[in-house]
Amino acid sequence: MANLDSRIPPGPLADKWRKHKADIKLVNPANKRKYEVIVVGAGLAGSSAASSLADMGYRVKSIVFHDSPRRAHSIAAQGGINAAKNYQNDGDSVHRLFYDTIKGGDYRAREANVHRLAEVSVNIIDQCVAQGVPFAREYGGLLANRSFGGAQVSRTFYARGQTGQQLLLGAYSALSRTVGQGLVELITQHEMVDLVVVDGHAKGVITRDLVTGQLHRHAADAVILATGGYGNVFNLSTYARGSNTTAIWRAYKRGACFGNPCYTQIHPTCIPVSGDYQSKLTLMSESLRNDGRIWVPKRKEDCGKDPNTIPDEDRDYFLERIYPSFGNLAPRDVSSRAAKRMCDEGRGVGETGLGVYLDFSHAIKRLGEAGVRERYGNLFDIYHEITNENAYRTPMRIYPAVHYTMGGLWVDYNLMSNVPGLFVLGEANFSDHGANRLGASALMQGLADGYFVIPYTIGDYLAGQKPGSRPSTDAPAFRQAEENVASQVARLLGAKGREPVNHYHRRLGQLMWTHCGMARTRAGLEQAIQEIGALREEFWRNVSVPGSAGSLNQALERAGRVADFIELGELMCRDALTREESCGGHFREEHQYPDGECKRDDTNFAHVAAWEFQGEGKVPLRNVEPLHYEAVKMSVRSYK
Amino acid sequence: MVASTSSKLISVTLRVWRQEGPAAEGRFVEYKAANLNPNMSLLEMLDVVNDDLERRGEDPIAFAHDCREGICGTCSLMIDGKPHGPHRGVASCQTYMRSFEDGAVITLEPFRARPFPVQKDLICDRSAFDRIQQAGGFITARAGSACDANAIPVPKGAADLAMDAAQCIGCGACVAACKNSSAMLFVAAKVSHLGLLPQGQAERDRRVLGMVSTMDEAGFGNCSNQYECSAACPKLISHDFIARMNRDYLAASVRSVFQAESQAAGGGA
Ligand SMILES: Cc1cc2nc3c(=O)[nH]c(=O)nc-3n(C[C@H](O)[C@H](O)[C@H](O)COP(=O)(O)OP(=O)(O)OC[C@H]3O[C@@H](n4cnc5c(N)ncnc54)[C@H](O)[C@@H]3O)c2cc1C
Ligand code: SF4
Ligand code: FES
Repeated sequence: MANLDSRIPPGPLADKWRKHKADIKLVNPANKRKYEVIVVGAGLAGSSAASSLADMGYRVKSIVFHDSPRRAHSIAAQGGINAAKNYQNDGDSVHRLFYDTIKGGDYRAREANVHRLAEVSVNIIDQCVAQGVPFAREYGGLLANRSFGGAQVSRTFYARGQTGQQLLLGAYSALSRTVGQGLVELITQHEMVDLVVVDGHAKGVITRDLVTGQLHRHAADAVILATGGYGNVFNLSTYARGSNTTAIWRAYKRGACFGNPCYTQIHPTCIPVSGDYQSKLTLMSESLRNDGRIWVPKRKEDCGKDPNTIPDEDRDYFLERIYPSFGNLAPRDVSSRAAKRMCDEGRGVGETGLGVYLDFSHAIKRLGEAGVRERYGNLFDIYHEITNENAYRTPMRIYPAVHYTMGGLWVDYNLMSNVPGLFVLGEANFSDHGANRLGASALMQGLADGYFVIPYTIGDYLAGQKPGSRPSTDAPAFRQAEENVASQVARLLGAKGREPVNHYHRRLGQLMWTHCGMARTRAGLEQAIQEIGALREEFWRNVSVPGSAGSLNQALERAGRVADFIELGELMCRDALTREESCGGHFREEHQYPDGECKRDDTNFAHVAAWEFQGEGKVPLRNVEPLHYEAVKMSVRSYK
Repeated sequence: MVASTSSKLISVTLRVWRQEGPAAEGRFVEYKAANLNPNMSLLEMLDVVNDDLERRGEDPIAFAHDCREGICGTCSLMIDGKPHGPHRGVASCQTYMRSFEDGAVITLEPFRARPFPVQKDLICDRSAFDRIQQAGGFITARAGSACDANAIPVPKGAADLAMDAAQCIGCGACVAACKNSSAMLFVAAKVSHLGLLPQGQAERDRRVLGMVSTMDEAGFGNCSNQYECSAACPKLISHDFIARMNRDYLAASVRSVFQAESQAAGGGA
């Protein structure tokens, strides 16, 4: 049984963070230099953490598998970042952002963490502007805002359609500065392939140099994982091709609990699948829903027609119809499922019938084509490149796709996992979004964790570790971990089977999408667990990984990642199977209201499921952290 | 998944640069890719070719890629001699097979420039760009020290122009396109982005001097005003930024000679 003490500070919700910061143990400035911290990952969460810790005086090693920290997947975020600045004077506040996020997460997130997130959100914008992030501005020179799904105020800051890029480049510039100053050692093109645990504490990692193939041991006083989400378990997703679960999965196998693995977000506005060669799905930012209207034909017979010839009265603007108060800005899970229902009714559009229209003709009438171009030009360009269609003339076709994983390694209020010394930040942890994440809140969380939370909370752990007590890389745990990795590599290369790695990734993805995607059933999940087990066995027997261990070998990189995805897929199905309710992105067909909305079971499932590895081939243990709501009342989430 | 297209399938021949490692000799190898959906991306076509190679136990073609939507700057192919291929304003990953005729011969090489040594096949090492950033591509703002974000208004025009420059994805196509392997467009984009903002003024001189000298040390060549760089740039970063950087550099050099600096290095009392 893992020890899941959430360490939520006592006292009123709004005072917890302030009080915790005052009570937390500090590391004396002269001692900071004696501690070394490994930060794996340099997306928003990792690079903000690495530079902040370095500025405080810690010695930091930043490790990424990319060839530069600037390539992290955060770069692809389009729409924006939330903050409770209330610059629009429209009634926003820390409490409202907190409430929206808790409600958006369908009452499956920790109140204390979410409140802290809302509190520090305002500092993030200050920090980013100071770094030179070129946010959109009004003519008066002040910052501009837009609205995002699940909120009735305008609190989203953005930089054209490239907010993630600009925020990451800001964090990357801070990281670059600290590297240039010699405060951070930057190690690129190295993949963390194992966590080293010494006497129950995380004290290092093993990496594989992706250029030479060499394995390296790194010792530290604490390890931070900021390695992003695991949505590529579905093969097709809006993630970058290289995003993977290896770092957190291998940490799981070393004892870190995996929180709510089945909570995945399916984003409603992505470009539909066009063929079986497809390698990724492209997101059309949710911000488009500010001005675009989503519809399908009222009659099945009209689905094949040129949409411009279908008059307004024959169109079903289904989000506006079903959710009049939120309309096209209903949250993601709600909008995705509604689109799926329309297509299930046979009213989907496009060649595959798996698509709905996102129409800008009204916006163009209102704002002019130039006005729409100013707001969304680059998104229209992306759409054109991929589909060869002009969305200023005909409506876009969109369909839901896997986009984000709310689940991740379990962490306490200090963002420390149940393995002491192992901290997890950003999308890699499970902490702030419950069962569904609101748009523009992941960027907020990544930067909150890195700039404003970990700099305080890591001290609480390190203060208890004697300076200079970090183990040597000759310790048996390091040798054992390295041997473990080497033998896995040898097994993959030695299989010499008949199918390429992608073949297995594709099959896993299909299984996951069918049985653990937008709608899940007991029978489907049970079947998926069986089939994934068989797929795993076949993978290890029949995968073909050419080349050697001692060189740049992309097939080998992919093989290791897919091996981990297969195991994770099984855990996700198990988690989805045991969560006998529907909440947020987790929709069990057995648990719904007559109108198709999620039916939560707060009596039995108002908790975090934190899965604990029990050894190869053994069923993992499901630990539970109960969720207590003091400031908000759990209610049926309604956007009607 | 659903395979569907009304478009006619095409077949192409690839001439691909294969090079086992940094020190190995490279050569072109031919591959056939048949029955391709024209809506597939060039990189997806490479995936299909690689799946076939792997199925036969042969080493797949190594190529750099990640986001596959033109924003991470990882992909870096010379396609028929052009960085990022035939179209303006897109990255390699945004090149689709419909850009090629049925039966075409497509030549694929890595970006070629002395400061970007080949690691394997189509992958080159662009870490020199990171080193240039480390030499000044930042505004120093420690977490916790910032003032309110609206305390310093930034005129919309300046913010928009800064954003134009800030869009650089760090791919290196500008270098690959330049006969001198100059990195001026990349450096100018960063210098301009930060220099256009009020927050970037304090370090403006140090920034441009530091970045330019690191660029020179890394072995990038001089700019001879041919502007192949902006033509190849996937974000169409304007070469006007190079002129802006040159002015900044000149002014900073002059100031560094004539401006008195406090002798009390390191802060005094
Ligand atoms: C297309 C798209 C659009 C989005 N738009 C928005 C938006 O508008 N607003 C919003 O709030 N959120 C958005 N999101 C979500 C958001 O971008 C991500 O959740 C967030 O950026 C994740 O940041 P991160 O720092 O946790 O991880 P990442 O940015 O994914 O970084 C992961 C890092 O870990 C490294 N890494 C991973 N594994 C290893 C390993 N084993 N060894 C070494 N290094 C490793 C990588 O090299 C990388 O540096 C979007 C997501 C997508 C896919
Ligand atoms: S300036 Fe353009 S071509 Fe050069 S690195 Fe930046 S995006 Fe690439
Ligand atoms: S793969 Fe990211 S820009 Fe091409």
